[in-house]
Amino acid sequence: MKILVCVKQVPDMESRFRPDAAGVWYAETDLAFRVNEYDEYAIEQAVLLKEQLGGEPEITLLSVGPDRVVEAIKKGLAMGADRAVHVRDPESHLKDPFQIASIIAAYAKGEEFDLIFTGMQSLDRGSTQVGVAVAEALGYACATTVVAFEYADGTVTVERELEGGVKGTVRLKAPALITCQLGLNQPRYPTLPNIMKAKKKEVNVVPVEQLLQQEARLVLAQFSAPAKKGGGVILEGDVADQVDRLIGILKDKTAVLR
Amino acid sequence: MKALLVGECRDGKLLEYSYELFGFASQLGAETAMVLVGNDAALPSYGGTVYLAEAGKYGEYNPDLHKRLVQAAVEREKPDYVVFLHTSYGWDLAPRVAALLKAPQASEVVALAEGGFERPCCSQKMRQVVKPVGSPVVLTLQGGAFPALVPGGTPQKQALDAEGEGRTEFLGYEAAVRKGVDLTRAEIIVSAGRGVGKKENLPVIAELAKALGGEVGASRPVVDSGWMDAGAQVGVTGQTVSPKLYVACGISGAIQHLAGMKKSGFIVAINKDKDAPIGEVADVLVVADVMQFVPALTAKLAK
Repeated sequence: MKILVCVKQVPDMESRFRPDAAGVWYAETDLAFRVNEYDEYAIEQAVLLKEQLGGEPEITLLSVGPDRVVEAIKKGLAMGADRAVHVRDPESHLKDPFQIASIIAAYAKGEEFDLIFTGMQSLDRGSTQVGVAVAEALGYACATTVVAFEYADGTVTVERELEGGVKGTVRLKAPALITCQLGLNQPRYPTLPNIMKAKKKEVNVVPVEQLLQQEARLVLAQFSAPAKKGGGVILEGDVADQVDRLIGILKDKTAVLR
Repeated sequence: MKALLVGECRDGKLLEYSYELFGFASQLGAETAMVLVGNDAALPSYGGTVYLAEAGKYGEYNPDLHKRLVQAAVEREKPDYVVFLHTSYGWDLAPRVAALLKAPQASEVVALAEGGFERPCCSQKMRQVVKPVGSPVVLTLQGGAFPALVPGGTPQKQALDAEGEGRTEFLGYEAAVRKGVDLTRAEIIVSAGRGVGKKENLPVIAELAKALGGEVGASRPVVDSGWMDAGAQVGVTGQTVSPKLYVACGISGAIQHLAGMKKSGFIVAINKDKDAPIGEVADVLVVADVMQFVPALTAKLAK
């Protein structure tokens, strides 16, 4: 069995975001990057399946992006993936979700993966398109927003998270693509021995030009902070002072404190 | 300009937020038609064309077939826009329709922008404007971003069919598990978010809740990490609450959480990130470390 996991590297979301020189995306200066949280669930599910099947499946990790994404790849390898592909693209942030999906599908086409795992979205762009679009390009069955996963004899049974706490159970046959929602599993921390082992694993670098033949269908036009709706009071400074001011406001504006 | 609106059914009923699609179309100034996989009882209150495919035949979740049903409606209507809600149904189906139509797609649209669409990015902290190239354009709309509009009237129903089989088999719904406190009745809720840091810090939140005479809630990451039971979760996939006072401790304010608590009477957010999206709905944003501020507040209240 062959498994592909798609991984994106994204900035820490507690960062302060500033527009880049073109004003269409964030400037990378001063940002700390990490593995997209949803993709950690995707990696973990692939590794859990490999363990369930006695270590037989081969897990390939794929990441599209500039040189820095090697760090995300290393983490995935240390979590238990066997090998990796780095589609090197210094301008991946300018590609639209359709182009990113086309790149992944172009790589996957010749490889005949049985299962592909992706996060349900990235924390930075959040299009929720790439996984589904890869499945469509490859003609794979696909289930999204998955919070429970079972595999037996080529059949995948998943629970999709719907609104209001309701779940929907769906069965599909491999080859299939699953997009992973938070809570699907508990992503493991790489151990030191596994981090050491990961250093020896193969990382195949492929220039993006070899895989992309599609024009963008979306153009990025602007990147900015949302207009503040305002009205709210912001309390900053000394904690004791903040406490007193908050209690004053609660006494004044609510019937909660007497 | 014409928009084909994709309505949504669950368990045989039209989901209320399908009416937000009409609100959006009216802002866009577009003529409308709707496509729905459902039944007669689920038809919207709307005097225009509704392309109705029978849910009894196609299922409420069968994306390969629903994709082709939407395509059939697109062929008849030739719309400029095909519009979904950004829901578990919409974000699942919309990219499949976009792939079939070779159409650009903008997800989770919150506003119209000149020549394009505004959408959130960077976990709701920032906004981007995207401009589609080509037509038709597939859109998904963020829930609540556009006001619901009930146009009224009786639909002109047109039967819709598609050939083939789906590659996924829908086995059924599983209702939400509800255990623990019914937060929907609580007058005061103190909720813990990821900013609390670790499970061992949770008693600090519980002590504040006790000092205020309220209950303890949680945001999704806290539940996913196993720090608290799912029954405490506030948000789209948890409980929708409207207490007199909601105190969000270390909660960044993902849209799914905001949807579950923004109707609270008074909202206090404690977060060390001044730009966190929770600040958008908070009446008071305390810019501080939860583990420093909350114990100090509890101590003062106890006096």
